[in-house]
Amino acid sequence: MRRVYLDNNATTPVLPDVLEAMRPYFEEHFGNASSIHHHGQETRAAVERARESVANLFGCRPAEVVFTSGGTEADNLAIAGLVQDGDHVISSTIEHHAVLNSCKRLQERGIEVTYVPVDGRCLVDPEDVGRALRPNTKLVTIMMANNETGVLQPVNEIGKVCAEADVYFHTDAVQAASKVPVRVKEIGCDLLSISGHKFHAPQGVGALFVRKGTTLEPLFHGGSHERSRRAGTENVPGIVGLGKAAELAIQGFESGNDREIAKLRDRLESAILEKVEAAGVNGAGAARVPNTSNIYFDYIEGEALIISLDLKGLAVSTGAACSSGAIEPSHVLTAMGLRPDRARASIRFSLGKQNTGNDVDFAIQLVPASVARLRELSPLYNKGEAQIV
Amino acid sequence: MPNHATIAVAMSGGVDSSTVAAMLRAEGSNVIGLTMQLWNQRRLAGRDGMPEAVTGRCCSLDDVYDARRVAETIGIPYYVVNHEDRFERDVVRPFVQEYLSGRTPIPCSLCNNHLKFDQLLTVARQIGADAVATGHYARVEFDEGRNRWVLKRPIDRVKDQTYFLFGLTQEQLSRTLFPLGAMTKPEVRELARKYGLALAEKPDSQEICFVPGGDYKKFIDAYLAEQGDSLPDTAGELVSTDGRAIGEHTGIHNFTVGQRKGLGVATGSPLYVLQIKGDKRQVVVGEQENLYSRTLVTKRSNLISVSELPDPMRVSVKIRHRHEPATATIEMIGADEIVVNFDQPQRAVTPGQAAVFYDGDIVVGGGWIS
Repeated sequence: MRRVYLDNNATTPVLPDVLEAMRPYFEEHFGNASSIHHHGQETRAAVERARESVANLFGCRPAEVVFTSGGTEADNLAIAGLVQDGDHVISSTIEHHAVLNSCKRLQERGIEVTYVPVDGRCLVDPEDVGRALRPNTKLVTIMMANNETGVLQPVNEIGKVCAEADVYFHTDAVQAASKVPVRVKEIGCDLLSISGHKFHAPQGVGALFVRKGTTLEPLFHGGSHERSRRAGTENVPGIVGLGKAAELAIQGFESGNDREIAKLRDRLESAILEKVEAAGVNGAGAARVPNTSNIYFDYIEGEALIISLDLKGLAVSTGAACSSGAIEPSHVLTAMGLRPDRARASIRFSLGKQNTGNDVDFAIQLVPASVARLRELSPLYNKGEAQIV
Repeated sequence: MPNHATIAVAMSGGVDSSTVAAMLRAEGSNVIGLTMQLWNQRRLAGRDGMPEAVTGRCCSLDDVYDARRVAETIGIPYYVVNHEDRFERDVVRPFVQEYLSGRTPIPCSLCNNHLKFDQLLTVARQIGADAVATGHYARVEFDEGRNRWVLKRPIDRVKDQTYFLFGLTQEQLSRTLFPLGAMTKPEVRELARKYGLALAEKPDSQEICFVPGGDYKKFIDAYLAEQGDSLPDTAGELVSTDGRAIGEHTGIHNFTVGQRKGLGVATGSPLYVLQIKGDKRQVVVGEQENLYSRTLVTKRSNLISVSELPDPMRVSVKIRHRHEPATATIEMIGADEIVVNFDQPQRAVTPGQAAVFYDGDIVVGGGWIS
């Protein structure tokens, strides 16, 4: 069966160039980057080259990059590492669980957290952030791009609000990195998380930008790796892969190749909306990362559509799955004010650099037919009603 | 039995449904495995005396893991579908309400009626499956003479689950397969071993899937606390059959008809709960002989082997899962009300349980004891 993968916000395949860059670091250059000898020096150099590449992606100093096991660890380190008892934290209702549950953990410790809402376009209002500030506010943590809708938050404006109030600003840029430029000075953030496997590096590696002078309490206790900010022997092949993926992302921005994905996404979106009535894009009114399209198909269950499509070879998803693998009601779409039935009728298409026009054609053929079939079986659907929506 | 091209198997992660999936796959059917995520076991964990950690229960991650491994072993696509909202609305809340009203509910029948043979059939159809197969021990056949789908007791009488299936409609039965109906449990385990299923020796589950440890009182407390409700005060009097108060009790949900222990009164002869009067918060107690009754009325009744009941009919009736069917005459007395007159008085007829009517192996129908 032909299989097409349009769930790149969940994870991406490692690109051939990335795999090639990593390959020597499994067997040939296997040293521990902390070792004094030749083998250690080789891998230390590789780690530091990767750090420079990631620093180039961020527009920061290499010393401001801390490698982690992924986006979740980066988010946890930023939040738990900075906030202390008595502090106040501001976040949003549409954050990834890595941030939401870190904040929840703070609340269990007695720390107050304010969650600013989003509007129907999935946008945080920077003025809401300003209004939520308190004298003891220590940290604002608001994501750069939402994982479910792809909507880009006004992080530059939020950064200004934070700078004026002199509070730390962390942004989870896991879904933004390599899709749009992620420049820490423009954003004005003090902390920024990325995850390798969301942009064609392997799973199990990520990075946190930590502005010089920002002191974090480490999560792990052990050796003095990563300037004592993250104990544990470096994941050298993963870090090398992350560095290569960062280089490829920069090349993409410089050559304009990054706009190819936007063209594919726009074609997919307009073709589906043309062929399917009572459907629309969630977050359509806002700027979005170029690879993501979250579409509602009224009168169907998204769960049934995802399974039907998978049985025919197309992999898509909603944003959230619980630990059993079942689909969870989306807190993001709910926060945007979608009706529960429309939130359940929404699915996410997300493209990667490996996707081609043929992949998009496959989806354009399959999706309208599957939606039509589900609607035939839907007691709620009848044409007259559908056209009113 | 119609030759179904694509069959969705409701996989619980247990031996029975796993073996069904393997059997159908071996027969060459196009099989899709589905597990219903119905209840988050961690939701009430650690709250008000509920166990901290829950393992090995329905909808637990262990069961999903087991089902997923079976699907992978036999090479079928497998999905977990989320029906937590529907389960809470149609099973958990009625379960709590029934207890608080002084009845003793059977959540498994509610789950069969509202989830497994309704919601899951819908999902199966949506994803292109013609029928749903489950690991229930029961048989379903089309009877040409009656021109109806009939539900029959399985070969393995010990495992008979027809008591929980009395609510199935003709439409539901027409798209349901019970491949284990002609097998015994030991044969099923043997087959599971033959198919190389790692869980062939997994013990059977018995208790109510969302009530870990089987302590429904703690569950009700914890659930109401989570909902921001406190347990309504249903404390009241223990009364004798002539209405005389002989003691007090802490709440009607702590009692079930036929119960002897925990009444908190000492008299010469053993006392039993005879009746729970929810409106008056009274628990009527009396001697064992008063527990027996000759008649009951079912509501929300469903007929399977016949389309209607114009005349009284001789049947055997089960009034709880582990009840030896007793001979009786049934008669329609309202739109969905049936009166059951037993030949011999039956012990502890319990409102909230089901009465299921049998004609030999055939399930005539059933209803909820009022």
